[in-house]
Amino acid sequence: MNKIKIKVNGKIKLITNSYKLSDLLKNLKIPMKKVAIEVNEEIIDKKKINSIKLKKNDKIEIVHFIGGG
Amino acid sequence: MKKDNLIIAKKKFRSRLIVGTGKYKTMSECAKAIKISGAEIVTVAVRRVNISDKRKPLLMDYIDPKKITYLPNTAGCFNSNEAVRTLRLAREIGGWKIVKLEVLGDKENLFPDMIETLKSTEVLTKEGFKVMVYCNDDPLMAKRLENVGAAAIMPLAAPIGSGLGIQNKINIQIIRKQTNLPLIIDAGLGQASDATIAMELGCDGVLVNTAIAKAKKPFEMALAFKNAVVAGRQSYNSGRIDKILMGNPSSPFEGII
Repeated sequence: MNKIKIKVNGKIKLITNSYKLSDLLKNLKIPMKKVAIEVNEEIIDKKKINSIKLKKNDKIEIVHFIGGG
Repeated sequence: MKKDNLIIAKKKFRSRLIVGTGKYKTMSECAKAIKISGAEIVTVAVRRVNISDKRKPLLMDYIDPKKITYLPNTAGCFNSNEAVRTLRLAREIGGWKIVKLEVLGDKENLFPDMIETLKSTEVLTKEGFKVMVYCNDDPLMAKRLENVGAAAIMPLAAPIGSGLGIQNKINIQIIRKQTNLPLIIDAGLGQASDATIAMELGCDGVLVNTAIAKAKKPFEMALAFKNAVVAGRQSYNSGRIDKILMGNPSSPFEGII
């Protein structure tokens, strides 16, 4: 099957063509209540992740809170 | 005694000590120090989730955001765009509106870039954020931040993590005199007495991270800061005596044998 290249938190990842954002997050076991997500620097409404199909060269950022001053 | 709460963006807090959650040896040490400090607000940073090591402990598992107010920061941001982007993400995680803006200008001294800070304060305020602003101790900049809608003014005592204590008391006093906004000393404190001095200058609170996290005994230091903030506030509220040059005996001369 055709694979496409995306970047997740700065790391290259190969995914299948019909991969959705929700598939990626499930696959990475991301605790949805504790994160925020950007695709190509646009914040994604977490309720809509099922409807977002990932495209070649998409840049996904998944962030959470860590210790800081 | 009447209640003496810290009020930020109409939210009331009993504790005037805000604690940073960075630099602790472990998450559990951090959580325990916060508990001992009595802090009700803690600063947190926004960073990438580690997608290759998912067993790494999460801050939220140790510090319950329902019990302790998270104050997301923009540490590590060097311009307005990065800072605004970071805080939009922070809001998305769980609806946080009260935020700490910190736009740095130099990697060595970690002083704030006040031009970028002012720009970001304006943008964020227009988007509905309540922005607590890390800034230098310049009364003119403090005024400008206030004019664009800052929710709190947070001047540094000294460079972040330096432990040098308040370097410019006069400026802090001038800022205190000119603003009714919450005034919180952020960065540079080294020991508990520094916090007392800040409170005696009329500040509404202090934000401490390194001085507690890196103390040889963080739990004891957390308690020391808690007490120091309370002592300083009580002292400020009590109205200190005037300073005079010569002695003034505490025992009367009258009736001396």
